[in-house]
Amino acid sequence: MSAAKNINITLKIWRQKNSKAKGSLETYTLNEVSTASSFLEMLDQLNEQLVNERKEPVAFDHDCREGICGMCSLFINGRAHGPDTGITTCQLHMRMFKDGDTIYVEPWRSKAFPVIKDLVVDRSSFDRIQQAGGFVSVNTSGKTMDANAIPIPKHDADKSFEAAACIGCGACVATCKNGSAMLFVGAKVSQYALLPQGKVEATQRVLNMVRQMDEEGFGNCTNTGACEIECPKGISLENIARMNREYLKASMK
Amino acid sequence: MAKSALLKSSIAKKYWMALTGLFLCLFLTGHLAGNLQLLVPNNALNFNKYALFMTSNPAVKLLSYLTYLSILFHAVDGFMLTIQNKKARPIGYAKQNAAANSSFSSRNMAILGTLILVFIVTHMVNFWARMHFDKNMPLQTITVEVMGQKQELYMMVNGGYMPTNQVAKTAEEAKKNGAPTYIANKTDFMNTQANVKVGEGYKDLYKITVDFFKHPKFGLIATILYVLSMFVLAFHLLHGFQSAFQSLGINNKLTPAIKAFGKFFAIVVPLLFAIIPVYIHFILK
Repeated sequence: MSAAKNINITLKIWRQKNSKAKGSLETYTLNEVSTASSFLEMLDQLNEQLVNERKEPVAFDHDCREGICGMCSLFINGRAHGPDTGITTCQLHMRMFKDGDTIYVEPWRSKAFPVIKDLVVDRSSFDRIQQAGGFVSVNTSGKTMDANAIPIPKHDADKSFEAAACIGCGACVATCKNGSAMLFVGAKVSQYALLPQGKVEATQRVLNMVRQMDEEGFGNCTNTGACEIECPKGISLENIARMNREYLKASMK
Repeated sequence: MAKSALLKSSIAKKYWMALTGLFLCLFLTGHLAGNLQLLVPNNALNFNKYALFMTSNPAVKLLSYLTYLSILFHAVDGFMLTIQNKKARPIGYAKQNAAANSSFSSRNMAILGTLILVFIVTHMVNFWARMHFDKNMPLQTITVEVMGQKQELYMMVNGGYMPTNQVAKTAEEAKKNGAPTYIANKTDFMNTQANVKVGEGYKDLYKITVDFFKHPKFGLIATILYVLSMFVLAFHLLHGFQSAFQSLGINNKLTPAIKAFGKFFAIVVPLLFAIIPVYIHFILK
């Protein structure tokens, strides 16, 4: 890896006081940004500069900063989680940018993800979809059967695990031209549909989750495949197809 | 709940788009097979026989109603989906790099579909409506030499012939000029005195088609617009064909083959359609 160097950049960042305010893109100049820093560290640097200038720092979501939690979002230069593939924004590094670059930073845009402040959006619609059926009901009185006691074909276990890798970051919705949440819901439906434990509630799960998804105001999938490309966890379109099959099966019952 | 879900939910709308779309792909194949007869030399009679079959056979009629319904449903459903999808993102992005993750076709299905709908309407006005409703639809004739004299004859469905100079266009005209036969119901040859049907002619769809693309003023522009429409259709199919299978939940080891066939279908079918008017306009004598 080439040695880190410092670059100067121009940032165009969406600033919005609160959910009701009308926001706008503001321009900031940031000098001496190390190419070894992560994108979020660069935003930390900007915020320090803003605080020193006695200005309001930019609000953005972040938590684990190691690509696991799904909190960091950001639509960077026209792409969810910025350029580079298979990463979250915290895993995006400033070495992907050049000296003198102008970088657009916008919040996820979706009716179902309203902006709370600046770059922070409310993704609780995902929680409500999850609560509508993204679980397996088990008796937790202490007599729970060991999950490993049920033999599961390796192929199914692997596919389920791949679907379970979804961190619910919302990049699929953000990048979809229709603001559709079907990759997220497809992953959550698939994760359980593939396992014997999940099959028991499969019918109600898919019907309820899809109904909740529609109620939240997400758009309809047109199979552009953009979500699959931008997903930091590489969730496959196969999961949407599986959800479509599950939904058809459930609707016929 | 399940029943209403199969009409209203987001996923159900995808099923209907996919099913109607795939049915329309079948229709395209059938339509193309019929049209390709225009490329066969001296094939006017066979083409008109085929046109008669396509407008009179009960099974074909049923299929044609299914086709009209599919076109309407595909268009209306697509329109509703597009409106809903626009609503799902009330504030757009200042900067978007959609080309990085999706194809041109997949992002423009609505506009491509609208252009195809405009094409279908004009196409139906130009050919379908004339075949079905035009009172002045020409009937097929042939020119033969009888004892050194050229004579024009109507060809009849039962295989017989009727000299054109013995047929009046209407009953009134026949009464005036004393023609023994007149035309009623667009295709029926009627005996003037007895007022009974003596035969039936073929609607000359072949002539209508050739005249349309060979029209001295508009033939060239019609040919160009037709070819352009086939480009639009190709782009629509390029995404639509394989997308329909994904919507129906078919994504497995067959998918690479479906995608490959979809590309083949999307290029070959519109290309063959487009060759026909080009042949008629530039090559056919």
